[in-house]
Amino acid sequence: MRHIISILIENESGALSRVAGLFSARGYNIESLAVAVTEDPSLSRITLVTRGNEDIIEQITKQLNKLIDVVKLIDLAESDHIERELMMVKIKTSEHTRAEIRSLADIFRGKILDVTPTSYVVEITGPSEKLDAFVAAIEPETIVEVVRSGPTGISRGEKGLHL
Amino acid sequence: MELSGGQILVQSLKDEGVEYIFGYPGGAVLHLYDAIFQQDDVKHILVRHEQGATHAADGYARATGRPGVVLVTSGPGATNAITGIATAYMDSIPMVVISGQVSLPVIGSDAFQEVDMVGISRPCVKHNFLVKDVTKIAETIKKAFYIATTGRPGPVVVDIPKDITDPKIKVPYKYPKKVSIRSYNPAVSGHKGQIKKAVELLLAAQKPVIYSGGGVVLGEASAELTEFCRLLGYPVTNTLMGLGAYPSTDKQFIGMLGMHGTYEANMTMHDSDVIIAIGARFDDRVTGKLDLFCPYAKIIHIDIDPASISKTVKVDIPIVGEVKPVLEQMMELIKDSKHKPDKTALEAWWQQIDQWRSLQCLEYDRDSLLIKPQYVIEQLYEVTKGDAYITSDVGQHQMWAAQYYRFDKPRRWINSGGLGTMGFGLPAAIGVKLAFPDAEVACVTGEASIQMCIQELSTALQYKTPIKIINLNNRYMGMVRQWQEFSYESRYSHSYMDTIPEFVQLAEAYGHVGMRIDKPEEVRPALEKAFAMKDRTVFLDIITDRTENVYPMIEAGKGHHDMKLRVALGTSIDRELA
Ligand SMILES: Cc1cc2nc3c(=O)[nH]c(=O)nc-3n(C[C@H](O)[C@H](O)[C@H](O)COP(=O)(O)OP(=O)(O)OC[C@H]3O[C@@H](n4cnc5c(N)ncnc54)[C@H](O)[C@@H]3O)c2cc1C
Ligand SMILES: Cc1ncc(C[n+]2csc(CCOP(=O)(O)OP(=O)(O)O)c2C)c(N)n1
Ligand SMILES: [Mg+2]
Repeated sequence: MRHIISILIENESGALSRVAGLFSARGYNIESLAVAVTEDPSLSRITLVTRGNEDIIEQITKQLNKLIDVVKLIDLAESDHIERELMMVKIKTSEHTRAEIRSLADIFRGKILDVTPTSYVVEITGPSEKLDAFVAAIEPETIVEVVRSGPTGISRGEKGLHL
Repeated sequence: MELSGGQILVQSLKDEGVEYIFGYPGGAVLHLYDAIFQQDDVKHILVRHEQGATHAADGYARATGRPGVVLVTSGPGATNAITGIATAYMDSIPMVVISGQVSLPVIGSDAFQEVDMVGISRPCVKHNFLVKDVTKIAETIKKAFYIATTGRPGPVVVDIPKDITDPKIKVPYKYPKKVSIRSYNPAVSGHKGQIKKAVELLLAAQKPVIYSGGGVVLGEASAELTEFCRLLGYPVTNTLMGLGAYPSTDKQFIGMLGMHGTYEANMTMHDSDVIIAIGARFDDRVTGKLDLFCPYAKIIHIDIDPASISKTVKVDIPIVGEVKPVLEQMMELIKDSKHKPDKTALEAWWQQIDQWRSLQCLEYDRDSLLIKPQYVIEQLYEVTKGDAYITSDVGQHQMWAAQYYRFDKPRRWINSGGLGTMGFGLPAAIGVKLAFPDAEVACVTGEASIQMCIQELSTALQYKTPIKIINLNNRYMGMVRQWQEFSYESRYSHSYMDTIPEFVQLAEAYGHVGMRIDKPEEVRPALEKAFAMKDRTVFLDIITDRTENVYPMIEAGKGHHDMKLRVALGTSIDRELA
């Protein structure tokens, strides 16, 4: 099963490599990883997507918690949560495809960030499946680049992951 | 007080109460060595190879319970230390390793003797630090000791760039009394509800067994474990790392379990209905094939590290906490409980266990004309009255030492279990002897293992650490040969050396006493003579029956109930091979 693990970690050099190293050393897979500093500059937040059965996820969270730099973590999959990923797609355009791409971007509530006579850059935000769906809807030959941030997530309701 | 970085480091170690540093100098640590030169509170032990420094510090830590301290230079000094760091890591041994690093401005430029020590050591340390500011040295050292010695202990590396130890740059010094790390709060006492459930299950058991491990030694909970076992009257088995935590000569002790454990210990595990694992981590050498592991048992597991729980074997009642307080809490509940262990069931259980015991799985050919390694260990036990510190290397000799030296006290059996590092025994013995100069210290080794850190014989002379080296010389990497005999139709691929040094001369060249023993009747007198030489390191090169194997054995893919036992006694006598 797919799990989104949200980690508060000391904002120190090397902290991220401890997390990445743990996954490779123990043979866990990382589907995606998103990292940025939080409102407290001493802390970073990592959102990590991984897959595994219950036992593996239990070991992953225990092993992560063992890292001295990890302050706190939650497995978002355990409760109701919101998940968002950002994607930018560069698409080759021609006279007769431009309108179609614009309306497709509209349907997906995307934004066109960059326009040249022969290309668009479209931004789409949403759950990962929505991003997949958008990519699937575009003629593959016209895609120049796809850049995805990897999902980030937050739990619903009052409770949150903080110190 | 204003001090330079080098002085701060040394002063911090002193304020931490460090007695010995095991180290080896080099360019990146010259300032540190200069600071060491100018004081004599913290004594420096100059080893002959950085691996030796780590094992000596490790031996010191295992024997005393206090953290071992290592100092190495950058680059090759640091990489040479890795094997010893990994050895300590696998067995949860508290250790602080200070490594020199190239100066901050050149880090990352492939500078002379630069390696990314923080990166290289990361997978085999509990934590590591790169100190980037002279004002942070004291605090970082304090944190390193705090992390290394609390919770599940382990090695911590502190990498110190040369420029921050510059004698010209002085800053105010204060060693913190305490540190707290917001992201690190190891559990102490266990969950009350879980403890209560565990006691209920234990008291209702018909065929219980206590399976205890290195965590009892690490947690200084031997007395509590012993009291706990006596209170219940249940059979006790120890892992290789737990030996001595419960007295091996006690009748409730059924021997070591696992791959080379006793028949009775493994059968008891297999047939049990309730197992309480205490500071043990269900290692694969212990469990055998997981699908076949203890099919009838409900399992209670006490461990300080949540990640040890249900890692390989799913347990029914996990208790995260320190062994000592948890056992104390359990004993209180047991004493107050109106339930008592089921006497009739327990009697029947012991009867069954005694029947397994009567097989005498550790018997061996006592009439052999060749020296049997088991006999040597039994004699070692007698000559030292069972009260020596025994370090060992890795191989058959290690298993025989574990099986035949009956440890009654914790911290007396000092070996590399998790990593299984050949070369550990000799430097570890030096570390132990420094910690306990009046105690007898023997290193049980093999002719292959001893050659991996043989250079430390020189260290033993310099620091006058008279130890006895018991070299069970079977002219084989016996453990490898045994596997090849069982699983590769005796194709002994590279498990022997065509050239073996003359150990007696080698010992003498290093300034020690060498003895060669090749007849069974010489073993006892030689041991007595060696131990009578109180102030000399003696190398006993004992020529043993090279065909001897370690029994019993659980072969790969088998369960506890399916042990290979010694079949026909006395079939391995072969004078010619000797
Ligand atoms: C050649 C060879 C053969 C071997 N054969 C065998 C064999 O037959 N049988 C055998 O048993 N081993 C054998 N071993 C050793 C084996 O590889 C493991 O090292 C050993 O079984 C682990 O012992 P342990 O479970 O006691 O755990 P340890 O490695 O000692 O770990 C201790 C556990 O206790 C926990 N702990 C630490 N401190 C505390 C505390 N204060 N409170 C609570 N918990 C704590 C830790 O978190 C950890 O889970 C062999 C090794 C070699 C090299
Ligand atoms: C550093 C290292 N290399 C290789 C091994 C694999 N190994 C385990 S036991 C053994 C043989 C040890 O031979 P010896 O020291 O003579 O002991 P014996 O088994 O003969 O008693 C080897 C090579 C190891 N444990 N450690
Ligand atoms: Mg050998």
